[in-house]
Amino acid sequence: MDLLIQQLINGISAGSIYAIVALGYTMVYGIIKLINFAHGDVLMVGAFTGLYCVNTLKMPIILAIIASMLVCAVLGAIVEKLAYKPLRTAPRIALLITAIGVSFLIEYLMMYFFGSGAQAYKETELTSGSALHIGNIFVTRFTIYVILSTMIIMILLQLIVKKTKLGKAMRAVSSDKDAAQLMGINVDKTISFTFMLGSALAAIAGVMYGAQFSVQPLMGMQLGLKAFIAAVFGGIGNIPGAMLGGYLLGIIESLGGQYISTTYVDVFAYVILIIVLLVRPFGILGKDTREKV
Amino acid sequence: MKTKRIISVMCASLLAISAFTGCAKTATSSKEDENTIKLGLNFELSGAVAQYGQACVDGIKMAVDEVNADGGVLGKKIKLVSKDNSSKQEEAVSVATTLATKDNVIAILGPATSGATKATIPISNKYSIPVISGSATADDVTFSNGKLNPFIYRICFNDSFQGQVMGSFAANELKLKNAVILSDNSMDYSKGLADVFSTTYKKLGGTIVATENFSSKNSDFSSVLTKIKSQKFDVIYLPAYYEEVGRMIKQARAMGINQPILGADGYDDTRINEVVGNNSYLNNVYFTNHYSKEDTSDTVVNFIKNFKAKNKNKTPNAFNALGYDLAKFVVDAIKRAGTADKASLNKALGDTKQFDGVTGSFSVDEKHNPVKSTVIIKLVDGVQKFDKKFTP
Repeated sequence: MDLLIQQLINGISAGSIYAIVALGYTMVYGIIKLINFAHGDVLMVGAFTGLYCVNTLKMPIILAIIASMLVCAVLGAIVEKLAYKPLRTAPRIALLITAIGVSFLIEYLMMYFFGSGAQAYKETELTSGSALHIGNIFVTRFTIYVILSTMIIMILLQLIVKKTKLGKAMRAVSSDKDAAQLMGINVDKTISFTFMLGSALAAIAGVMYGAQFSVQPLMGMQLGLKAFIAAVFGGIGNIPGAMLGGYLLGIIESLGGQYISTTYVDVFAYVILIIVLLVRPFGILGKDTREKV
Repeated sequence: MKTKRIISVMCASLLAISAFTGCAKTATSSKEDENTIKLGLNFELSGAVAQYGQACVDGIKMAVDEVNADGGVLGKKIKLVSKDNSSKQEEAVSVATTLATKDNVIAILGPATSGATKATIPISNKYSIPVISGSATADDVTFSNGKLNPFIYRICFNDSFQGQVMGSFAANELKLKNAVILSDNSMDYSKGLADVFSTTYKKLGGTIVATENFSSKNSDFSSVLTKIKSQKFDVIYLPAYYEEVGRMIKQARAMGINQPILGADGYDDTRINEVVGNNSYLNNVYFTNHYSKEDTSDTVVNFIKNFKAKNKNKTPNAFNALGYDLAKFVVDAIKRAGTADKASLNKALGDTKQFDGVTGSFSVDEKHNPVKSTVIIKLVDGVQKFDKKFTP
């Protein structure tokens, strides 16, 4: 029983990170139908910014998260302006390939400047050991912060999307770009805002992930892929779906490792993806919208 | 009209000049060829394992500088042609081909990793060019499918030996009889070591309580660590590279898994301390390695002193030492061959007896493996301490 609870906690903790990253994929997809493959690398830049803030500037981790959110929001906006905006009317495949190109560009630039090795955050009061032991169950304090702050972030995001004017604009652009423009919504600004929001979320995930484990230029690849699967799993374009997908993926991986085999942990993610695509191509919470021809 | 003509005249003269400079250059370079011996470097200078490739190259450069300062070999200077294989096997193949065909080197040093070295075997056979790796430890690099790869050499011990040494160290020296193996089974290095360790350990009366896998692409190992924590064991064998080892140790120790952790030469990088971020976690960790920085023999002491002088006071790691030995080993063979051609060099490499290097003195056996000793290093608060030496 203890083991099950422990693995559930591990799964929720990993799933929290997947969920935040998946939100970025899903929002961008929702608004311009682009799978932003550079999203995982924005996360990596966020993790490095946090590393610099904590290790070199000796900032507390909360400030480091805010700083890296700012950096990533700007990066997200720049990537959108330079790489995706000129291609807005181009075929979608061109956009997709550009996204992969941007991903490599960010990865190798970071490798050029910071080397390919892994680095870790210096332990601070917030991230260091002092774990809670309840019976045989073990939770680090930082894990609890990660899980709680993810939930708060998700509630805030829901409020932004549902209650604010910008959120309304996002939903409008997402459902019909041309009609939204006719209604006087600034489409360019709304798309930029979506990228900034998604990138800021990626930065939070990056710092939280980096502070727990380690940071290196290719870290965004695997994490980004898993989060993408989570987004598809929950229904791409659907915000609550991305959250659900993230948590489910995290839990399935950790329980699968415990009760089936640790050899195939990574396989679970892909098997789920294939099953979902076969049975419900639009994901768990996704809407069954046919492509307009 | 006039400007157009001026431009065309200028273009023509530019072309002529460039043609002349081209001639001049080829003339000098062929003259250069007579007075130099060219060695190709095929190393991982960027990409996932760039730290190993770069460390080897630093060692090689130091050795070659020393040789050239002493007047070179056979009266000629050594020239290195260095190319990056981006830590990719297919790139290693194309770099080896370019070095063998375009650059006309007489031997290729590198790659640093086993996978990339194995990928260059067909190239070495096709162009009959010796390929010598400093750190490819996989068993089947020099001898695969029951036959010798006639142009492939290495100067490091192989994984069987490393795994056996650790297996007997765990069972006989530490006297710990219940082990858990944690390995990345998508990595040849990790899988090979885990297999040999397990066989030796069981033969010596140990029990493998569990064998679990992880993927080094992931960072969050809490699931697999939770799984092993619930079992009774005395020691963990974790053969992998320092990055994932660092992450694993960090999470294991934070979780309260305090059993000894054993590993292999992939642990030898001071950046493991950066990844772990807390030196108190780096206790009770043992690994097999090619040389110890605490060795007091003259060769090692001089090597460390000279290396530090050249590399901003950085203490050389095993890859630096292997790179240094690799270059010296090839130079030694060229000297014995008497001429700088591929065939005589290949014969001389195979005939090496009692080569005296920083990583020990060794001869090359019939499977092109060096017969040499290994040391066990112990980490005490993140600092490497010499623990024991094993000779085959």
